[in-house]
Amino acid sequence: MIPSAFDYEVAGSVDQAVELLGSSGEAKLLAGGHSLLPLMKLRFARPELLVDIGRLSELSYVREDGGSVAIGALTRHHDLANDPVLGSACPLVAYAAGLIGDPQVRHRGTIGGAVAHGDPASDLPAVLLALDAELVARGPGGERRIAAGEFFKDFLETDLEPQEMLTEISVPKIGSSGWSYVKFNRRAQDWAMVGAAAVVHRDNGTIVEAAIGLTNMGTTPLRASAVEQALAGAGAGAVADAAQKAGEGTHPPSDANASADYRRHLAGVIVRRAVEEALAR
Amino acid sequence: MAATEERTYVGASVPRKEDARLLTGQAQFVDDLTVPGMVWAAVVRSPYAHARIKSVDVSAAMQADGVVAAYSGSDLAQDWSGSLPCAWPVTEDLKSPNHWPLAPDKARFAGDAVAVVVARTRVQAKDAAELVEVDYEPLPAVTDVEAAAADGAPLVHDEFGTNRSYEWKLAAGEVEKVFADAEVTVKERYRQQRLIPNAMEPRGVLAVPVPANGELTLYSSTQIPHVLRTTLSGVLGMPEAKLRIVAPDVGGGFGSKVDVYAEEALCLALARKLGVPVKWTEERSEGYLATIHGRDVIQEIELAATAEGKITGVRVNLTAAMGAYLQLVTPGIPLLGAWLYCGCYEMQAYDFTCVGVFTNTTPTDAYRGAGRPEATYAIERVVDALARKVGKDPVEIRRLNFITEFPATLVSGLTVDSGDFNASLDAALERLGYEDVRAEQAARRDRGDAKQLGIGFSTYIEMCGLAPSRILSALRYGAGGWETATIRCLPTGTVQVVSGTTPHGQSHATTFSQIVADRLGVSPDDVEFLYGDTAVSTAGMDTYGSRSLAVGGVALYHAADKVIAKARQIVSHQLEVSGDDLEYEAGRFSVRGSPDRGMTVQAAALEAWTAHNLPDGMEPGLSESAVYDPPNFSWPSGCHIAVVEIDTETGDTRLIRYVAVDDVGAVINPMIVDGQVHGGVAQGVAQALYEEAVYDDDGNLVTSSMTSYLVPSAAELPSFEIGRTVTESPTNPLGVKGVGETGTIASTAAVINAVLDALSPYGVTDIDMPASPERVWRAIEGARS
Repeated sequence: MIPSAFDYEVAGSVDQAVELLGSSGEAKLLAGGHSLLPLMKLRFARPELLVDIGRLSELSYVREDGGSVAIGALTRHHDLANDPVLGSACPLVAYAAGLIGDPQVRHRGTIGGAVAHGDPASDLPAVLLALDAELVARGPGGERRIAAGEFFKDFLETDLEPQEMLTEISVPKIGSSGWSYVKFNRRAQDWAMVGAAAVVHRDNGTIVEAAIGLTNMGTTPLRASAVEQALAGAGAGAVADAAQKAGEGTHPPSDANASADYRRHLAGVIVRRAVEEALAR
Repeated sequence: MAATEERTYVGASVPRKEDARLLTGQAQFVDDLTVPGMVWAAVVRSPYAHARIKSVDVSAAMQADGVVAAYSGSDLAQDWSGSLPCAWPVTEDLKSPNHWPLAPDKARFAGDAVAVVVARTRVQAKDAAELVEVDYEPLPAVTDVEAAAADGAPLVHDEFGTNRSYEWKLAAGEVEKVFADAEVTVKERYRQQRLIPNAMEPRGVLAVPVPANGELTLYSSTQIPHVLRTTLSGVLGMPEAKLRIVAPDVGGGFGSKVDVYAEEALCLALARKLGVPVKWTEERSEGYLATIHGRDVIQEIELAATAEGKITGVRVNLTAAMGAYLQLVTPGIPLLGAWLYCGCYEMQAYDFTCVGVFTNTTPTDAYRGAGRPEATYAIERVVDALARKVGKDPVEIRRLNFITEFPATLVSGLTVDSGDFNASLDAALERLGYEDVRAEQAARRDRGDAKQLGIGFSTYIEMCGLAPSRILSALRYGAGGWETATIRCLPTGTVQVVSGTTPHGQSHATTFSQIVADRLGVSPDDVEFLYGDTAVSTAGMDTYGSRSLAVGGVALYHAADKVIAKARQIVSHQLEVSGDDLEYEAGRFSVRGSPDRGMTVQAAALEAWTAHNLPDGMEPGLSESAVYDPPNFSWPSGCHIAVVEIDTETGDTRLIRYVAVDDVGAVINPMIVDGQVHGGVAQGVAQALYEEAVYDDDGNLVTSSMTSYLVPSAAELPSFEIGRTVTESPTNPLGVKGVGETGTIASTAAVINAVLDALSPYGVTDIDMPASPERVWRAIEGARS
C-alpha cells in the first residue's frame, strides 16, 4: 500500500505534459489515478515520474462536433453518465460510464485514463470499439487521430507512444440506431467478467449492420466479428443463433472468478441479450 | 432483571455514544498514535509456501536511508523465552510446533515472517525490506487439507512425521445400533472454504519501552489486551506486571484479533532491544497473508432417521486445516461446533470426530461464529437432504424434529436453557409470506422462466456467551471464561464503568451505559465507559464468542447489585431506618410508607466520598467490582429464510429477500442488535455466494487483494427483514443471550439451501461454496447433460 519513491510534476498545459513525459525514462500521466495508483501501491508499477494532468480543465468537455460528439480526455465518468449531449446523441457512452466501478471511482476516473490504460476488462474500450470511435493523441510531433480498432494492441498496451498523450475521444452520433451495453459481474463495483456493447442499425425490421464490442474476452477489447457477419442483413429471428458465435476468435482469461470456457458461454448469452435490448430501443 | 425494576433505557434504541467520535475522525486507532523517537518496522515475508532458509543477508538493507536495524530469524533467536502460544491444546497428545515470531530455519507458508527491518520512517522501512536478500531452497508444499492428511504428503513440520495435529472425539448414545436400525440414512460431504476476515482496520502495533526499569507498553489493534499481557510476557520472558497492553479504538476484528501475533512480540522485542518505540502497521495485502484465516474444513455428515423423517442419530467427521502453525486457539475452533451438529433437533445418538491437519497456509483461527457456522451449515443442509429423501417440505421436516421442552439436554450433552424454535419459525414464515413465495416459484417453474426462485431455511441454535470456566477446563482450554466489571460512583454524581471486555465495534459503551443507567437511576450520558488498557481495566477475558453482554454485562449487573447494597447501608444509616424498610426504585431509596423521605444512589456516593457519616466500620467510597463466571453457555436460536433468484442461463445468483427472526433473549438496545444481525447476515451470505481464499498449486495465495477476494457490498444485498422472538435466558439476571455471531451462524446454510431449492427441478443436490455463477451454471449444465 506504499508506492516506491517517484517524482511528481504538475502539467500546466498539454504541451508541457508532453514535454514532461519526455524528461524521464519511466514517466506516467496521472489523471483520475484509479488504475495507476492501485498498481503503484502494490508496487506492480514503479514509474520514476508522475505527470499530473488532473488540473487541465480544458480537457474536460463534451460537445457536438458535426456528426460526432467530441469528449475531452479528462472528462470524468460521472460527468459522462450525466451529460445531456451524450445522453441524446450517443447514450451508449453515458450508460456504460455509469456502470464503471462505484461512485467514488466515477467521480475521479476519466475516459482518457480508462482508455489509455488499455485494460480489456474496462467497460469503455469495448464501447468505443463498437462505436468505431476515433482517439486524438498529442505528441512532440503534433496531433494524430487513431481509429479505436487500431488503438488497443495488447494487455495494457495501446498505440500511444511513450511521449504521447490522449486528448480527445470522438464518438459518432448514433441517431436512431439501437444500442446496449450488458455487463456481467458479481459485485456492482467490479470490472466486467464479460461485457458486450452493441450498436444496431435497423431498417424495416432488418438488421442493416450490427457492431458488437466485447469486454474482457482477450488481451484487448474485441469486436465479435462472427456475430456481426451473421447479423448483417438478418432479421430479429437470427439473433439467438448469431450470438452463439460470440466466443469465436476470442482468447478470454481464466481466473479465480471464471474460466475461459465459462466466459465464452457468458459472451454468447450476453451478446444475445445486448442485441435484443438494442433492437428493442 | 428483577421484575419490579423499571426499564427506562434497557429495551430502547438509545443512539450510540460511540458514533460522534468515530464519525468525526476523533477516534484513536493504533495507526493514529505517534510518540517521540518512534521508528518503524517492516517485515520481510517468504514468497514460498515452504522453503528452507539457507541464508539471510541484511547488509544491503542496513546501508539504506534511515535504517536503524535489520534482523533475521536466527539473529533474534535469543530474544524469545517462549514460542508464540497456543492456549488450547485440545488433546493430551496434540502436536504443537514451536512458532517463532521470525522463522529461523524454514518458511512454512507464503507470508511467513523471515526478517525485519527497522527504519526512521515507514517508507524507509518498506523500501529497505526489499533489499534484504534471503536465499531460499524451495520445498514441496501442501495447501489442501485432505491432501495434507494423506500418507506421503509433504510434511509441514518434519519433527512430527505427520501433518495430523490431533484427533478429537465426542460420542453419545448407541450410535452403531441407531444407524444399523435406521430406516433411512443420508450422507453428505461439504466443503467449508477458507475465508479471510477483512476487519476494516488492518492490524497495527506500537511498542513503547521504558529502558530504565524494563517496562513496556504495547498498543495493539487487538480484541484481547488481557490475554496478550499474560501470554506475551511469557514470549518475551519479562514480568507480566511490567507489561501494559492498550487496545485503543479497534476497527473490527471478527475474531481475527483474538490472537497473539508475531508482529506484537516482534515490536516488543525490538523496542526492548533498541530502547526506542517501534511501530508497525499492517498493509491490507500483507494482512491477507499475515492475519489468520477462517474455516477451511471438510465435513462429512450422516443422519439416521425413520421413514417418516424423524431423526435418530448423527455422525460427523471433520478434517480441519490448522494452517502452518497453531495460533492462540486454532485447534479448538472446529470443536466450538462439536456439540451443535445435532442442531435444534431431538435425536438419540451422536458421534463426532475432528482431525486437525497442518497445511502450508496462513494459520486458521477464530472467525465470526468459529465452529458454529460450520456446524449449523452441515446440520441444516443435511436436514434438507433428509427432507428430499423422505419427500417432506423443509418446514415440515424441521417441525417434526424440533426440541420443544426446555431446559433441554442436547444429545451431545449440553443443556439449552431456553428457546422456542416453532415460534421463530412461525414468525419468519409469516414475515416472508411463505405460501405466496412458493406460488411465485411454482409459476416461474411452470413458465420455464430463465430466472428461477429458491427458498432456503436455517433454523439454528448457537452456543455462545463463552464460557463456564469448569467446562473450559474439561476442554483443556488454558484460561477461564469469567468476566469482570467495576462501577465507580464519583462524588459529583457521574459513574465510571470499567469493563474487562473491550469493544471493536460492538457498542459496549452505549449498551453498558443503558444497563447502569436503569440500575442506578442516572442518565446514560452520566456513565463513562473505561476499557482496553490493562492499567485501567486490570483483569478480564476480553471479547469473542458473543460474550461481552452475556458474561461481561452480567458482571456489570452484579457490580450494580453491590453498589446498591452498600448504598442501602449508607442510606439506612443516615435516615436511621432499617435497610429492610427502604424501597429502591430508579436510583432512589425511599422509606416504606413515607416516600418523601429518601436518598439517591448519587447522594449516597457523595456521603461515601466525604465519609463524614458512615456506619461504623464501613470503608469510604462507593466503588464495587464483580466477577461473573457463567454457569452455562447462552443459547440464541432462530429461523432465517433466504430467497434467491438464479439466472439459469448464466448461473448468476442473487439474494433477493432475507428474513431473519432471532431469539437472542432480552434485548438491551434493539438498534444495536439489528446492526449486529445485519452485519452477521452479510458475512454469512458472503461465505455462501462470494468469498473464497484460493491457493495455487505452488501455495501462493491467488486471492491476494479485494479485487479477487470478493467481499460483497450493500449493492449485492437486499434490505434484510428482521424480526425477533424473545425467550429470556433464565441463566442470568439480564435474560440476555448474545447476538454478535447469530447472523453469520444462521445465514450461510439458508442461502445455500435456497440455491439448491432453486436448482431442485434440475436434480441438483449439491454445490460448493461460494455458489459462484460459474459453479451454479456448471451444476445446471451437468444436470442437463
